[in-house]
Amino acid sequence: MTIPTSSIDQVIPGQGAMAQPEIAPGRARRRRFRFFANAKSSIGLALLGIYVLFAVIGPWVAPYDPSARSSELVQPPSSAHWLGTTHLGQDVLSQLLVGTRGVMVVGLTAGVVATVLSVLIGVTAGYLGGPWDDGLSALSNVFLVIPALPLIIILTSTINNAGDSVVALVIGLTSWAWGARVLRAQTLSLRRREYIEAARATGETTWRIIGFEIMPNLTAIIASGFIGTVIFAVMSEITLAFIGISSSGTWNWGEILFWAQSEQGLAQGAWWWFVPAGLAIAILGTALSLVNFGIDEFVSPRLRNAGKTRVKTASGQTVRMRVGFTPVLARPPSGGAAGGDPDGGDTGGDTIVAEAAR
Amino acid sequence: MKHLLQRVLFYLFTAWAAITVNFFIPRLIPGDPVQALIARYKGQMSSDAIASLYVLFGIDKHASLWSDYLKYWKQLAHGDLGLSFTSFPTPVSEIIASSLPWTLALVGITTIISFLLGTGLGVIAGWRRGSWVDGLLPVTTFLSSIPYFWLGLVAIALLAGPGSYFPSSGGYEPGLVPAFDSYFLSSAIQHSILPALTILISSVSGWILSMRNMMVTVAAEDYITVAHAKGLPERRVALSYAARNALLPNVSGFALALGFIVGGTLLVEIVFSYPGLGFQLFRAVGAKDYPLMQGIFLVITISVLVANLLADVAYLMLDPRTRKEG
Repeated sequence: MTIPTSSIDQVIPGQGAMAQPEIAPGRARRRRFRFFANAKSSIGLALLGIYVLFAVIGPWVAPYDPSARSSELVQPPSSAHWLGTTHLGQDVLSQLLVGTRGVMVVGLTAGVVATVLSVLIGVTAGYLGGPWDDGLSALSNVFLVIPALPLIIILTSTINNAGDSVVALVIGLTSWAWGARVLRAQTLSLRRREYIEAARATGETTWRIIGFEIMPNLTAIIASGFIGTVIFAVMSEITLAFIGISSSGTWNWGEILFWAQSEQGLAQGAWWWFVPAGLAIAILGTALSLVNFGIDEFVSPRLRNAGKTRVKTASGQTVRMRVGFTPVLARPPSGGAAGGDPDGGDTGGDTIVAEAAR
Repeated sequence: MKHLLQRVLFYLFTAWAAITVNFFIPRLIPGDPVQALIARYKGQMSSDAIASLYVLFGIDKHASLWSDYLKYWKQLAHGDLGLSFTSFPTPVSEIIASSLPWTLALVGITTIISFLLGTGLGVIAGWRRGSWVDGLLPVTTFLSSIPYFWLGLVAIALLAGPGSYFPSSGGYEPGLVPAFDSYFLSSAIQHSILPALTILISSVSGWILSMRNMMVTVAAEDYITVAHAKGLPERRVALSYAARNALLPNVSGFALALGFIVGGTLLVEIVFSYPGLGFQLFRAVGAKDYPLMQGIFLVITISVLVANLLADVAYLMLDPRTRKEG
């Protein structure tokens, strides 16, 4: 449904930005929380934390039973029902709170299934090469090209009374291909690096090389692939509920929208019925995307917003930064840690230091 | 040419895989759907139709899986996708033929507009990194996180309704006969504006984002610095040097994203009751009309494969490296 938002695969080839962690020993401690210092990823993680919290406590804090009927039909928000009621007098807020758990559980389960598959298939194809690579790449390309959503719709509607776990499994089994493709490309470039050759020369077993030499360097890609899959899984699951395929009985945001659509909630102007559920989905998706941008920017500093483009240099001049620079936002230590300029684009005078891939 | 030939072979292989999957899915259905159907339409079904349904569902206990599979291919070769349950006894192929043009027009036009618009904005956002354009990025992230169908619901609630210019459902004015005359076409366009806008808003941000990131990456290359150093006008460096090279991954991304976009479009059609494949799929799912579901899946998959092939040809024309002879 959404286009995969991560661009890691596009940034890495040729640059290998993530494979050169030249961290001076004295600075390692300060950089450990660098990922969380990024505004995008910290906002995303905070939002995600709120969703996880409600997934855990949702059913306990919900003011009403989400399926219980009452005599107040299609009422706008009031002090008794904060988000109004449905056509049967059910409390929308309770449905939303109770539904959070199912959405999160299916999203995360499908994400885990797809990630495990993509790591197995992508890394094996990239590392072993030869006929393995040909076969596994063809397999993942087939899954990439076949439109996933119609396949998921047909599979789940064929399996009668598909519960949450079946839905999660179907989504996971059909959406691993993108991650596998990205991982394969990166493994391919890693396996010719010298340290891998060295490991092979010292007689390390294939599985040890994959597990201890290659995998740690793929962490960021695996993480971003996982989050991308979770976004897709949440959307697909809600979509399935919205078109009315999924077990009844468990509440889910898609189900709220299904009833709002089929019981003419739109025509009655009952905005409280469908707006909160949609916003909940959109904010969850945004939070996950933000975490993904955080990972992208953590891995490839060039993607960070440059901040101000007009910079006052120490000598009092104003210089407009052009593309091709990664500005140092913090003042470099006096020891001259600014290093070289791998981009070869530094024409802005000696006070602006371009720093790549830190 | 060799490259193109490889791609064609790959798509043929994928088509085979999709058809095979399609053959196996109905074998997951518990019970005997054909018996249920025959009971529902007592005596209205010819024995030919019953036999064809049995092949489609693989419930014929006497035949082996392999002979079933061969028979299935033979049916497909004749364009026989079975009979629809809901609008019995209309063949599935007829229903699909009547709804395919709607989907093709809606998806085709919106996807092309969204690709061009998003890529253009992405070029600007990537080139002018650090200017106000960066402020657009969080907005587009939010927009792309909204499910297509919910945006459609909101659009209907806000813009459509009695007395509004935009109709809330359907593909054309009821009472008009589909034909290529001005009445019908203007009515069809009027009905498609809202669905098209919905798809556009949801899908454009993905293009902006990926193009922006590619531009940022390409802009750091040495040849861009050289172009600047030669004193070429900014515009020329941005378009002929940076954008042209940044475009390539976006074109191949276009092919991969198509599956997602088609999926989203199906939902928009459902929300707007637009008479395309998505709406038919929705009705088929609601009525457990398995032959129709399968047929729609097959047609969607094959259309996506064809579109992918077109994107490959476009890539071939843009990237001289793939064109080398021999």
